[in-house]
Amino acid sequence: MNAQLNPAVKTAYNFGFLDEYAKKEIRRVTLKAICIPGYQVPYASREMPMGRGFGTGGLQLSLALIGQQEQVKVIDQGSDDSVNAVNLRQFIEMTCPGIDTTTRTQDATLIQSRHRIPEQPLTEQQILVLQVPYPDPLVIVEPSEDKRKVMHGEADYSRLLVKLYEDIVQFNEITISHRYPTKINQHYVIDPSPIPRWDVPKLHQSKALILFGAGREKKIYAVPPFTHAEPLAFEDQPFRVENFDDASGQRRACVRCGCQDSFLDEFTQETGQKIYQCSDSDWCEQQLARRSESGNS
Amino acid sequence: MKKVLSVRNLSKTYGTGCPLCIASTGPEAETNVCPHCGSVVAIHDVSFDLYEGEILGIMGESGSGKSTIVKNLYFDQIPKSGQATFYDTDQTHPLFELNSAQQRWLKNHRFGMVYQNPHLGLNFNISAGGNIAERLLMSDLMHYGEIRQRVKTLLARTEVLLSRVDELPRNFSGGMQQRVQIAKALATQPPLLFLDEVTTGLDLSVQARILDLIMEIQQELNTAMIVVTHDLGVIRLLAGRTLVMKYGRIIETGLTDQILEDPQHAYTQRLVASAL
Repeated sequence: MNAQLNPAVKTAYNFGFLDEYAKKEIRRVTLKAICIPGYQVPYASREMPMGRGFGTGGLQLSLALIGQQEQVKVIDQGSDDSVNAVNLRQFIEMTCPGIDTTTRTQDATLIQSRHRIPEQPLTEQQILVLQVPYPDPLVIVEPSEDKRKVMHGEADYSRLLVKLYEDIVQFNEITISHRYPTKINQHYVIDPSPIPRWDVPKLHQSKALILFGAGREKKIYAVPPFTHAEPLAFEDQPFRVENFDDASGQRRACVRCGCQDSFLDEFTQETGQKIYQCSDSDWCEQQLARRSESGNS
Repeated sequence: MKKVLSVRNLSKTYGTGCPLCIASTGPEAETNVCPHCGSVVAIHDVSFDLYEGEILGIMGESGSGKSTIVKNLYFDQIPKSGQATFYDTDQTHPLFELNSAQQRWLKNHRFGMVYQNPHLGLNFNISAGGNIAERLLMSDLMHYGEIRQRVKTLLARTEVLLSRVDELPRNFSGGMQQRVQIAKALATQPPLLFLDEVTTGLDLSVQARILDLIMEIQQELNTAMIVVTHDLGVIRLLAGRTLVMKYGRIIETGLTDQILEDPQHAYTQRLVASAL
């Protein structure tokens, strides 16, 4: 919006903010990441006009991939209206004149997200870009990056599995709530960014290309379409997603749209009562619209 | 008897090295530091064979290169030259020609190592059971219930109280830590075990029980072992055959009884005579 008010700013920056050399590098790195599913490809993360850790990795991927006819959706923890999502969307609108933004998942060709994968199944035509704070799942067991690279190369993930073992010993179940280590294409284990366990199965054989950008850690990696993605687990202690059953064993529903098969956020009302609502705001809106339509007809 | 390991001309030098290194170090020169270039010739031209179920002792003073031999064979260090061949049940592996993934596979599946310092062999941030589980997970066992069962069996075998399976090793006494290390080394039932000064620093009664344990394991599983120690008592008790090392060279080799009763080399004679 500022760009339109001040024509001098509009011409000062290239389409998509990044210069063409930066875009070329990010695209080449992205191609490499797609060719080696799950491998963290290093790249020269550019300075962005926002702090590292505010989604600069995802933003650089988006800006390098946006074309003239792009329909872009930006979400943060499932919501289109949170501060981070709004700011990033405005930045994209400002620096990529001529593109369209949308909140409807099915209309978007490029979705940048933080902490969630949309509930609506993605299609072959879509690309999902996830913002990543910590790209390496091995960082909790090995501080040296040199050694981690060797461990990744040899698919040596036994120390990560020991963490799961210790969890089961202590708590009788695996207690990782988000950033669940997931094995891609039977070799590399990735940190799938802080998505809840609920979203991890969506990586498996996903129709859409899923890209991960870590701006601070300067890494890009990918889960290409139709790729095997398997969360780490034991044969007799399988991976499971969040359970939204209430005390009586009934699946909780969203208070707004009544949906019973979405990831729910818990809110505490002033009365102290807990209510549950879809975390994906676009999904909730669309469910609501569908319900009122069928109610009217 | 089936051969398990054969080592030929193994050498390891720390430092740049020069053509005069070999001639100017060794027992005759009474040093292993080359006076010309300052490199340390840790071991030179070490050759020996090891057979199934046999315990080979390596004896010598501090800095004689005893530990360097096992560290090279366990891939903790890279040798300067030499060959080592491991004869597995159906296959032979030229140890130093394998790539790092193959070396790691052998290390995890077919070898076991017990270090003098439990800090080297155990991860002190995870429980005793977790340490053993790690080795089982390395050898691709992915069934939690089975891992748990194996962990308990192994710790029971090495006489660690089962009530302490999920405790951190730092809460254990030195002898207990060493038992956990042995249990970890035995987890995959390796045909070859390296023991580097396992009883050094433990009190005598604990030493005796650990040595008993090692002998029982050797008889039960027919594991071949290389025992590195400077303790003549340990050598006498465990080893069938012994190498005596000084300044990186083997100066005497033979049956343990022979070496202890009738030492040939002047250094060995002094060593045996000085034993309390």
